[in-house]
Amino acid sequence: MIEYAPTAGDLLWPISLPCRPQSAALIGLSAVLLMLSTGRIAGISGIFSGLLNLRGEDKGWRIAFIAGLILAPVIAGLVGYGMSPPKLPTSWAVIIVAGLLVGFGTRLGGGCTSGHGICGVARLSPRSIAATVVFMVTAVVTVAITHHVLGG
Amino acid sequence: MVIIAPLLCGLIFGAGLLISGMVQPTKVLGFLDIFGTWDPSLAVVMAAALAVSVPGFKLAGSNSRPWLAGQYFLPGKSGIDLRLVAGAALFGIGWGLVGLCPGPALENLATISPGVIVFVVAMAAGMIAHDIWQLARLSAQRELASATDG
Repeated sequence: MIEYAPTAGDLLWPISLPCRPQSAALIGLSAVLLMLSTGRIAGISGIFSGLLNLRGEDKGWRIAFIAGLILAPVIAGLVGYGMSPPKLPTSWAVIIVAGLLVGFGTRLGGGCTSGHGICGVARLSPRSIAATVVFMVTAVVTVAITHHVLGG
Repeated sequence: MVIIAPLLCGLIFGAGLLISGMVQPTKVLGFLDIFGTWDPSLAVVMAAALAVSVPGFKLAGSNSRPWLAGQYFLPGKSGIDLRLVAGAALFGIGWGLVGLCPGPALENLATISPGVIVFVVAMAAGMIAHDIWQLARLSAQRELASATDG
């Protein structure tokens, strides 16, 4: 069973922004605009991992995109729709192992939820459709095990 | 413009993750918890994003080149191999453990929450570990090839 640490948001800020799932159309719009303007795939694991080598070229657009990604909730906060800190497992080991798996796995598999799930599936790439099915299944199984088998 | 376009795209992407709820790990885990109290709303997230990206990518495909670059940078691989399946499987396990995938993880850095910072550092370490492993594998292969040549 994974225990989740209460966050300041639970007390001060119980999700001030109502969730509107249909607004994820913005994610699709962003991916399309990035492709139309710069010719790049809006795959976050790929954009981020491109910053982790020592070669100097090809970094500006990556930094700009990630800066925009982090600035979005900051700007939302300035206009009154702040984001509370996320609820994460209390165990540092779980957080670190999960981070390592996400980093290693997205590099080995060549993409994540955005690159495979949004861009690749939209391009009807067989690789991306297969990857999306696989990571959805292992994620569902992982949650089933940690929440129901281990959690009792 | 070459920097402003990706900056704006990042902002729009972040707004989409934020307002759709995808940025909250508990929301994502609720969606993945199909054997518990399943929250199906993130299926709408996927559908809404694809409703725009499918026709949008079709449109991009009909342009000979992007507005601000000389060419499209598209993945060259086409076959489904073990690396793809194993990588996606490992990623899914990590995603299911905490509820963070790379986009929401980076966006959550805005909260300066220690757990998020540790997750992102571990994620970067995992990526670097993969690249070092690949380099080592390639140079071992080259050594083997030159040994058999000599």
